[in-house]
Amino acid sequence: MATVELTFSALPAHVRTARLVATAIARRTGVEESLLDEVRLAVGEACSRAVEAHRLHCPGEPIRIELRDDSGRFEVIVTDVAPSDDLEQEFQAVTSEPSGMLPDPFASGFGIAVIAGLADDVEVYPGPKGMRIRMSWPAAANGLAPA
Amino acid sequence: MDLKLDHRTEDRLTIVEVEGEIDVYTAPRLRELLIDLVNKGNFHLLVNMEKVDFLDSTGLGVLVGGLKRVRAHDGSLELVCTQERILKIFRITGLTKVFGIYASVDEAKEAHGRDK
Repeated sequence: MATVELTFSALPAHVRTARLVATAIARRTGVEESLLDEVRLAVGEACSRAVEAHRLHCPGEPIRIELRDDSGRFEVIVTDVAPSDDLEQEFQAVTSEPSGMLPDPFASGFGIAVIAGLADDVEVYPGPKGMRIRMSWPAAANGLAPA
Repeated sequence: MDLKLDHRTEDRLTIVEVEGEIDVYTAPRLRELLIDLVNKGNFHLLVNMEKVDFLDSTGLGVLVGGLKRVRAHDGSLELVCTQERILKIFRITGLTKVFGIYASVDEAKEAHGRDK
């Protein structure tokens, strides 16, 4: 298992960097080209949500992103340390809304709903001390794309 | 890639040209432009997204916010977009039912002319 870890301060400008790193590693791990846009968007959504939460609650704390290849899957974990009790409720509300009845996109849970629509494997672990979003996509079995 | 914005008015329709990435960093600039256009009396907006490389939910929020503003003046905000990767996020969020989405500026202008 190879892991790349990245921490960045809660600035919107760094979200693009996180997207680019995630896409580059996904490609190297053997994720199909047709899925790379989904990886890029889902990682961007997770990092944007984390940045917004940190700017609200703890702007001085960094956000952590882990990228790993794990038994034929490319896995990304985005972890923040902002309180997320209210976000859990928003996530439940957003994901239970019927199509076309979505709430205001400015709600924090909207980004998570987008992630849920993009990655076939998503787990959200909200908690009083922060949120952890784990998502994965199929990758090459040996963890490395052909050279 | 950074965000490039431009706009022009043709026959009561204000066409907003967007190029680059619309995300949490760049979306505020698009929001400011849309607010400015509405404040100056441009209530029929067409956002050309053919050169947009990336759009996330922050960008969607800006477009929905713009739509709310123009609707308050009986206006419209419609989009030009044929890129599958951008259209996908509109489909996932159900917003294809909210925005008029056209294949070209000419097609949108034609439809706008019919509705006048």
